[in-house]
Amino acid sequence: MTEYVVLSAILFTIGCVGVLTRRNALVVFMCVELMLNACNLAFVAFAKQHGNLDGQITAFFVMVVAAAEVVIGLAIIMTIFRTRRSASVDDASLLKY
Amino acid sequence: MTFWILAPLMVLAALGILFVRKAVHAALLLAVVMISLAFLYAVMDAPFLFAVQIIVYTGAILMLFLFVMMLIGVDASDSTVETIRGQRAMATVLGLLFGTVLVVGVSQVTLGTVVGLDEANSGGNVPAIANILFSRYVFAFEATSALLITAVLGAMVLAHRERLTPKATQASLAAQRIRDFGDHGKHPGPLPSPGVYARHNAVDTPALLPDGTAAESSVSRVLAARGTVRSAPALADDIDLVTAQIGDPAKAPDTSGKAGAPANTEEDVTK
Repeated sequence: MTEYVVLSAILFTIGCVGVLTRRNALVVFMCVELMLNACNLAFVAFAKQHGNLDGQITAFFVMVVAAAEVVIGLAIIMTIFRTRRSASVDDASLLKY
Repeated sequence: MTFWILAPLMVLAALGILFVRKAVHAALLLAVVMISLAFLYAVMDAPFLFAVQIIVYTGAILMLFLFVMMLIGVDASDSTVETIRGQRAMATVLGLLFGTVLVVGVSQVTLGTVVGLDEANSGGNVPAIANILFSRYVFAFEATSALLITAVLGAMVLAHRERLTPKATQASLAAQRIRDFGDHGKHPGPLPSPGVYARHNAVDTPALLPDGTAAESSVSRVLAARGTVRSAPALADDIDLVTAQIGDPAKAPDTSGKAGAPANTEEDVTK
């Protein structure tokens, strides 16, 4: 099962780097989804490791929360795009100065 | 076996998300990662999560991403301007460090023998999950229902926009059209449809005016901006190609006289 957890760690890292480097709000959001998915993989792998279905239940709840999060997040991105005409995370800086 | 095929594919697709310029390509690469994850769930005795992953993640969430992408513009690619200097390089270095530490740390852990889910799944995976979900985790399950309703309300509130101007009625639109005609002579009728009098009735072909010039208002502005509008001379090449393939109808009026005659008149109209 170690290889599954290592793959999960690699995917999580890629998601992290994506959140930090990409500027398009949608791609940043996709990278957050990638991180959530990587965690789910670790949960399911540990469920098999321990012969216990609690990990799968947790992965299921993570999916539900991710669905709700995507709905709200995309609505926020839409609202920002409507007022600022841009989907770049750098342009939403009204409170900066 | 499945793992060693899918894992490199997933890592490559995930790395692609970091490097592709267009958000649509990133979404498609994310779909690759998610579907591969679904297969890994199936391998790890989680058929329920396999179905949920495909239905919820690739079916619902990614489609939502693509919808929003369509609304805010597909070609909104990433800007390369750094607001904080050196932030990208620093993030990459930090990410590499974090990844190395995580992978080295995790791979040194000995997890022991795999217990496997054969016993837990003995009555089927879905009934087993239902048993736990509706007994031990029933309050968490109820809480998710509240979460989902809150999310729906939040999305509605965020997407709602107050109407600032009164809605234009048909009468006011008609009055506005006539007013435009009176003020700056703008044609009050509908725009000409593409392909009229041309040899081709596709939307990318401008309508031809009686004097043979192209009517620019007959093709969509989007197509004109992309530069995919076809010109009348380019269409004439097509005609030459087609006549070469079927044999020139004008030279053989006995076999295809009906097809030949309109072609000739159209030729006259365009020239």
